[in-house]
Amino acid sequence: MSSIENDKDNNSSFDKIDSDENILEQVSSIQKPPIEVLFPTREQYLDTIAQLHKNGYEMCIDLCVVDYLTHPGRFTPQNIAPQRFEVVVNLLSLKMHKRIRIKVQVPQDDPTIESIFTIYPGVEAMEREAYDLFGITFLNHPDMTRILMPEDWEGHPLRKDYQVGNIPVNFKEAPKTR
Amino acid sequence: MAPRSSTLNQELNLEQGSILRIPEGAVLDSNDFDFEPSDDGTMIINMGPQHPSTHGVLRLMMELSGETVLRTKPVVGYLHTGMEKTAETLTYAQGSTNVTRMDYLSPLNNELAFSLTTEAILGIELPPRASWIRMLMSELNRLSSHLLWMATNGMDLGAVSMMIYGWRERELVLAFLEKVTGLRMNHNYIRPGGVAADLPDGWQKDIEDLCFAIEPRLNEYDTLLTGQPIFRERSEGIGRISAQEAIALGVTGPILRSTGVAWDLRKDMPYLFYDQVDFDVVVGSQGDVFDRYGVRLEEMRQSIRIIRQILDLMPKGDYRIQDKKVTPPPRARIDESMEALIHHFKIFTEGFKVPEGEAYVGIESPRGEIGCYLVSDGSSKPYRLHVRGPSFVNLQALPTMMRGGLIADAVAVISSVDPVMGEVDR
Repeated sequence: MSSIENDKDNNSSFDKIDSDENILEQVSSIQKPPIEVLFPTREQYLDTIAQLHKNGYEMCIDLCVVDYLTHPGRFTPQNIAPQRFEVVVNLLSLKMHKRIRIKVQVPQDDPTIESIFTIYPGVEAMEREAYDLFGITFLNHPDMTRILMPEDWEGHPLRKDYQVGNIPVNFKEAPKTR
Repeated sequence: MAPRSSTLNQELNLEQGSILRIPEGAVLDSNDFDFEPSDDGTMIINMGPQHPSTHGVLRLMMELSGETVLRTKPVVGYLHTGMEKTAETLTYAQGSTNVTRMDYLSPLNNELAFSLTTEAILGIELPPRASWIRMLMSELNRLSSHLLWMATNGMDLGAVSMMIYGWRERELVLAFLEKVTGLRMNHNYIRPGGVAADLPDGWQKDIEDLCFAIEPRLNEYDTLLTGQPIFRERSEGIGRISAQEAIALGVTGPILRSTGVAWDLRKDMPYLFYDQVDFDVVVGSQGDVFDRYGVRLEEMRQSIRIIRQILDLMPKGDYRIQDKKVTPPPRARIDESMEALIHHFKIFTEGFKVPEGEAYVGIESPRGEIGCYLVSDGSSKPYRLHVRGPSFVNLQALPTMMRGGLIADAVAVISSVDPVMGEVDR
């Protein structure tokens, strides 16, 4: 594991982010065995992730979005108002053998959030997927374009108000009835 | 051009994927496209999406200076069928039929990830035999997946005889999987609540024969490829990636291990009963194509080692949980009991209800960590099912691996990543 130890020398790209040392204490969190879930606000999001990276969570294993439009009710801490979209980030620490989950609320009328590309370059494709399927724009992402759907596609298919099965398909012309 | 090590990680990361992108429209319309060579003598070419060595429909945009690859951009999505959206319309009982088609070379691992996540929300505990059967099937699947990878990798590097051998051995494994599950691929065998059927009579003999047949042949392939000068020439030092690059890019599985990081979820965060069997985590040192070959070859031996232990440790008992709300009753009971008929009917029409909640479970598939993030709203269908495909994330390492290499080596590098496009695009 010696190669992990020296990765501190080389990852200067995001040291510019002045992350508040105490940010993790300000963020509301819940212990949901076997995992800890953090609920930062959109403003705290980038600092929280940067601080977690410093605390040894070296790998961003997954980033996805959930659209809570039709969900009957769900849990958020008291000071966090639930919004339509929720960005869910799963981090992994190889040294501590631990996972942590970060959930950020993103409102429907302003679906934007900071990209964490500078901290975890591995989210490039995942953030593009989230943009493609949910229409959430990640600010400062180097290439915020569609990844799975065709480039001229309209709408964001995994949103709950996007209906399935109404794309007209041109089959070979059917024989006329008269 | 300067060696790759002279470029700071920081620059490398920012450069990847930033500019190298031509809209599909511009490529298709020849009138709009500028055919004049660029000032710096570089050119951008497309490899794929229908190139035989891209393992499906992967398109790579490569910026070349002469024969040297400068930047690469994987373009995916040609196989996108909206499986995550489909999953929201299927019940949990139907769900494993859907996820099994994602990574079609290791379908049982997909089903396992989905089933474990569903069971985590349900909060049920399986009978031990069900978990041991799952482990056996998952290891056999790893074996078949790596054998197919050996075959295609050999073909890509010019060792065509390896291709025939790899397919031949994989067929032995698939024959056993067919005997157990009824299908060669897309089994829908591991389901929430256990497995679909018990192992057939005489399965121990089949497994013994299988291990007996494959193990010596692995040694033959070792002799055939490892010492072969052409194979080594084409794989040693090609497509290097460092441990810190791999970790930053979220790369998992044999690629991460080939860089020297001993990270295997089976060992480090054990699921099922992997903490009760003895096996080694195989690591490389260079992180090149040859190391990835070595790691996978040795992993097959370890899989056989695990399978042999499962043979001794397999307990007796139920192969699925006897909870009437989750698993359908045995066929014979339906004729005798009205209640059994109702349970059967309920499960296959409405499906079983999963309490409100969410869970993420990651397991070690042959390609890396396959994770399943499931949100339930208390109904019988997943509210949201997200699958973290290992190939999807691993593909992002291609630009780093290819940078500064020759275009002829691109084929070797793609092959060594072992992407399955069905899982990348989902």
